[in-house]
Amino acid sequence: MKSFDYVAVTKPADAVRLMEPQFRFIAGGTNLVDLMKYEIERPDRLIDISRLPLDRIETTDAGIRIGALARNSDVAADPAITRQFPLLAEALLAGASPQLRNMATMGGNLMQRTRCYYFYDATQPCNKREPGSGCGAIGGFNRIHAILGTSEGAAKTQCIATNPSDMNVALSALDAIVQVTGPKGTRAIPVIDFHRLPGDTPERDTVLEANELITGLDLPKPAIPGKSYYLKVRDRASYAFAVVSVATRLAVENGRIQDVRIALGGVAHKPWRIVEVEKNMVGKAATEETFRAAAQQLVAGAKPHEHNAFKVQLAQSAIVRALQTVATS
Amino acid sequence: MEYTNHKNYIIDGAGRRWFLKQSSALVGMLALPPLIGQAGTAPASSVPPGLPMKRAITLRINRKAYRIEVEPRETLLDVLRERLDLIGSKKGCDHGQCGACTVHIDGRTANACLLLAVMQQDRDITTIEGLAPSPDRLHPLQTAFVEHDGLQCGFCTPGQIMSGVAVLREGHAGSTAQIKEWMSGNICRCGAYSGIVDAIEAVQKGGRQV
Ligand SMILES: Cc1cc2nc3c(=O)[nH]c(=O)nc-3n(C[C@H](O)[C@H](O)[C@H](O)COP(=O)(O)OP(=O)(O)OC[C@H]3O[C@@H](n4cnc5c(N)ncnc54)[C@H](O)[C@@H]3O)c2cc1C
Ligand code: SF4
Ligand code: FES
Ligand code: FES
Repeated sequence: MKSFDYVAVTKPADAVRLMEPQFRFIAGGTNLVDLMKYEIERPDRLIDISRLPLDRIETTDAGIRIGALARNSDVAADPAITRQFPLLAEALLAGASPQLRNMATMGGNLMQRTRCYYFYDATQPCNKREPGSGCGAIGGFNRIHAILGTSEGAAKTQCIATNPSDMNVALSALDAIVQVTGPKGTRAIPVIDFHRLPGDTPERDTVLEANELITGLDLPKPAIPGKSYYLKVRDRASYAFAVVSVATRLAVENGRIQDVRIALGGVAHKPWRIVEVEKNMVGKAATEETFRAAAQQLVAGAKPHEHNAFKVQLAQSAIVRALQTVATS
Repeated sequence: MEYTNHKNYIIDGAGRRWFLKQSSALVGMLALPPLIGQAGTAPASSVPPGLPMKRAITLRINRKAYRIEVEPRETLLDVLRERLDLIGSKKGCDHGQCGACTVHIDGRTANACLLLAVMQQDRDITTIEGLAPSPDRLHPLQTAFVEHDGLQCGFCTPGQIMSGVAVLREGHAGSTAQIKEWMSGNICRCGAYSGIVDAIEAVQKGGRQV
């Protein structure tokens, strides 16, 4: 690990004031320290934000506000979360290991790098790690990679990595809002706009500016309460990243869909949602036929690579299974 | 590496008496600035000038306070093993994947290989060395690991036991499936899993406070 300077802050304003492009915030450290050991991240200074007083989980009129420094394990076990937003608790508990969830924070989980194993391998080209160098995964071993939303552009800008977070998929289906503070003041960014598709700048995973600090997350109370389910398909029963995952919320009355959200993990550079598909489902019968049609539309633009074509079918089956599970629960 | 990197000042449990852990450190101490790092008085260490300075920190480990100087990049695992002779916590992967380095921070499990030591001040750190109630009595889960063959080579065992104790304390030992899920952050390459689960179940059934 490269040598670096270290400073701990106790106020969000100090964190923002001290931030410079070559510095990094450190919260739980589970993603950052890992990348620093590989010297993929080489910050000159770490700004330790782990003791900022931003770890509360508060019920508000509009829903629940979770501080950016709340630990993943605390959020998953919080009674208000498990009662009102069990989808988030399920997704958090499906991620990483108990030890890592004890360390990992909400802000850090939002910001964990979208990445693949070539990103870690300095001997391989990677447009995300080294813009313009190419992509080791295209033409390489790409079983875990994206099938949707990948960039069409030149080889120098392509990236087919997937966002590895389970939490982010649930937050997308829950219409969560990221609260951010920076030198220019505060702003609120819906999670669905927070993570980016690679476009021609795959080195950027999110729309957050380098000197902006995430302070919290808002979970708005859904207008029509329904039921939810997080389905994670992985290569072993526990402690593995998703091959494909589905976070869904569904409200059904008299057999008709009143409201629905479907977010997919493991298929794109960000949690994959198509709002039009959800809108079109409203009013339709909550049947397998409706679910299959929606699943087809969600993956319609899929562009699989040599080893991941199976994800196109797997994603559709997972969507149908998840929706059926909620509809019959 | 210079010997000054190895100096460890240990305060006893009551925090009143100081003594030196290693006799070689006595010489090192004379050449060193006061314990609290001061700007401008770079310690006589292996860090070249211009690079970030070492910090004097206090770590509370197994109910003892350890006063040491660390570089910000030193992980808790490396400090435990290389500086403080607490080699019970193991380095398997060094990347948060295997659980061999599992310790308790303020009563909760964490992977020491991904924790920076400089960030662990004012935390209660417990390693496998601090689990037993006294030098001549094992923790009930340690005894159960022996009785149920919860190990083969033993490399993953300290981490397994630290996680196992947390699983029992946090109420995640209600069924075999639940134990397996909550122990999934600890990999055993010898495949001693069935003995590990048996040991945790035995302590759970014994109903003793752990
Ligand atoms: C072995 C292993 C397995 C894993 N498996 C899974 C899995 O199955 N599913 C899953 O979802 N995740 C998994 N993870 C990833 C894990 O969830 C993330 O590493 C964790 O959530 C990151 O949180 P942190 O607080 O430790 O972030 P840090 O490592 O501290 O930070 C990560 C990044 O976020 C930035 N950052 C942190 N907080 C803020 C803030 N408030 N504002 C702005 N920037 C911020 C940091 O600067 C850094 O760039 C796994 C990780 C490991 C090591
Ligand atoms: S998929 Fe993205 S992260 Fe992986 S090698 Fe290609 S450019 Fe890098
Ligand atoms: S050594 Fe820390 S998890 Fe493997
Ligand atoms: S006993 Fe050998 S690795 Fe677990």
